[in-house]
Amino acid sequence: MPGRIRPAPENHLPDAGRRGLLRRAAALGGALAAGAHAQADDSLGKNLPPNVPEWSRTLGAPILASPYGVPSKYEASVKRRESPGLTRTPQSSVSFTPLQNLFGIITPSGLHFERHHAGMPDVDPHQHRLMIHGLVAKPRVYTMDDIARFPSVSRIHFIECGANTGMEWGNVAVPTVQYSHGMLSCSEWTGVLLSTLLDEVGIDLNKAKYLLAEGADGASLTRTIPLSMALDDAMVCYGQNGEMLRPEQGYPLRLLVPGVQGVSSVKWLRRIKAGDAPFNTREESLHYVDLMPGGVHRQYTWIQEAKSVITAPSGGQVLLDRGYHEITGLAWSGRGRIRRVDVSTDGGRNWRTAKLQDPVLAKALTRFRIDWKWNGEPALLQSRAVDETGYVQPSIRQLRAVRGTRSIYHNNAIQTWRVDATGEVGNVQVV
Amino acid sequence: MSRWFDLAFALFAVPALVAAAPLQYGFGKAATAEEIAGWNIDVRPDGAGLPKGRGSVAEGQAIYDRQCASCHGTFGESNSYLQIAGGVGSLATDQPMRTTGSKLNYATTLWDYINRAMPFNAPQTLTPNEVYAVTAYVLNLSDIVPADAVLDQDSLPKLAMPNRDGFTTKHGFMRRDGKPDTHNTACMTNCVKEVRLSSEIPDYARGQHGSLAEQGRGVGTAAPRPVAAESGLDLAKAAACMACHGVTDKLVGPGFREVATRYASDGNAESRLVAKVKAGGVGVWGAVPMPAQPKLTDADARTVVQWILAGAK
Repeated sequence: MPGRIRPAPENHLPDAGRRGLLRRAAALGGALAAGAHAQADDSLGKNLPPNVPEWSRTLGAPILASPYGVPSKYEASVKRRESPGLTRTPQSSVSFTPLQNLFGIITPSGLHFERHHAGMPDVDPHQHRLMIHGLVAKPRVYTMDDIARFPSVSRIHFIECGANTGMEWGNVAVPTVQYSHGMLSCSEWTGVLLSTLLDEVGIDLNKAKYLLAEGADGASLTRTIPLSMALDDAMVCYGQNGEMLRPEQGYPLRLLVPGVQGVSSVKWLRRIKAGDAPFNTREESLHYVDLMPGGVHRQYTWIQEAKSVITAPSGGQVLLDRGYHEITGLAWSGRGRIRRVDVSTDGGRNWRTAKLQDPVLAKALTRFRIDWKWNGEPALLQSRAVDETGYVQPSIRQLRAVRGTRSIYHNNAIQTWRVDATGEVGNVQVV
Repeated sequence: MSRWFDLAFALFAVPALVAAAPLQYGFGKAATAEEIAGWNIDVRPDGAGLPKGRGSVAEGQAIYDRQCASCHGTFGESNSYLQIAGGVGSLATDQPMRTTGSKLNYATTLWDYINRAMPFNAPQTLTPNEVYAVTAYVLNLSDIVPADAVLDQDSLPKLAMPNRDGFTTKHGFMRRDGKPDTHNTACMTNCVKEVRLSSEIPDYARGQHGSLAEQGRGVGTAAPRPVAAESGLDLAKAAACMACHGVTDKLVGPGFREVATRYASDGNAESRLVAKVKAGGVGVWGAVPMPAQPKLTDADARTVVQWILAGAK
């Protein structure tokens, strides 16, 4: 059985009853039964052996108590969150996936991180259209019914915002993995390969080099997509984890450019235009460009390089016990498969290779795990991904040496979590 | 596959359509010129896509003051959103100012963006002439065009933007097989001599993300911790009071010690402030309203208020 980890360093639990219980539990020596915190009355123990729990002595809820289905009420803490002060309006903002609470590699659709540039539109699928034009022989307009008739594929891919971990270029700024790495999610996407559509409309392979993808939201967000990636594995998606896309993810139609910063996977996709040059849109000249030392911006920085992070134990949690703990986390690369993940518990002096959980897929999250015995002394936990190209995830020092601290985007540095002698886990940087 | 479709089309499709369009599937419909014209709004750096039109700095100012200044500031100085004026030439310094004026390489992109996405609450409501005018005024705010400038479809693409040459595509991020700019090695033992802690979360930021205890799962490997008795400060942090209030200084709302000073001789302050925390209020400290805090229990609100009135120490 894994060692127990509890969340939270300095803060309280606001519910008064819960606090009372916890105080009592603390008075009892901190010996809390798993899940017992959810009870707020004095009946602690009445559902534990040798007593028969109340849910074994009553009739349960009927089917269709919730026709779609929602998580247990005891999971209410598992939700997307925003980082206070990060953005000025909730319409042009971001919410973060609670990576610390998730298992495996698939992000539940309702927890996929959000990034909108002009709010989330309410698109009627019957009135949604995809137009493909420009350097094509036969410009076409498609309904959702039309799109659904094309041969389809389902593939598991991550989407990571280019600005993920962007708050940490200069120094530690946020407490948990939700805020440091939570602009990252992974889904099974279903749709049509973009190459199928481009073949259909007769893309001019002699002249066309780039596509413009445009959303139907209030930002009419536009991004340049290189034709090479469009013809390789880009998809026009309507399905996500077995259901239609969530509105937050572009219902009813989005682009997916695997391995590329999330903003290129244009949501509410309404138009694709083939052109012979990059389009220099606002989201690739004023934003999503990487400021280098010396004042020059790198433009069209599409690829998300290999990266990993330990999700447990991670910032804000507390190790309650010495002894066995499973260290687990996620690794991914925009250039292909993860080949290996190494884990250090001493700040990078020594490393051991973690186990990778199947499936290990190209441009998808890969779950890694490794055994660890905590001896009660301070520890510095790190993970380091190696992808199939042989690229090794860099340290923050190596990144800063090339790119300084002001580039905002593409921070794929090795993350360090400090476990202190009390078991508290915090976000730190080491050099 | 294609043979089957060819056969299918030969049997069932309209022959003229097959002859004109080698569509393999034939779904959807041909886009008409009118349909394309309605949606084909993007403008490229060479000016392709710009509609005919013209607008002056003066005309732009009138529109800007009415529809843009509330967010961007009268002089484009507001950094609440992307700052649009100032900072030209600052990108290579230690304090780069990232503004529309300092960053943008082509004025056409500004036109394109205003046309498609602004104003924030009513995009695609400006006429082409209005977009030319607002573009001219925004550029004038950064002294990129003079106050008497008039921009049209011919002059806009020719404007020399200060950061025209400030971008590079010489990097490894444009291709899947691009060359990385860092070169870590997968060393396994004795990889570094000394590990030095360079940064940890600053004290002032520890409460900014609310109660971390609430952000873990309550079962399995994430059982809750026993919690010591909370101080008013702990509660204030967890209830996100600190998003708007400092302990000593005014942020959006007054500093807690300023509140303590104001009500030092008011015997009824505690009850009134508890009610006010719960219900929200406006006017005592300025025009920015304090939102209601219905989630805060009465007991917690009282603990916070007592702590504040005791001097917020």
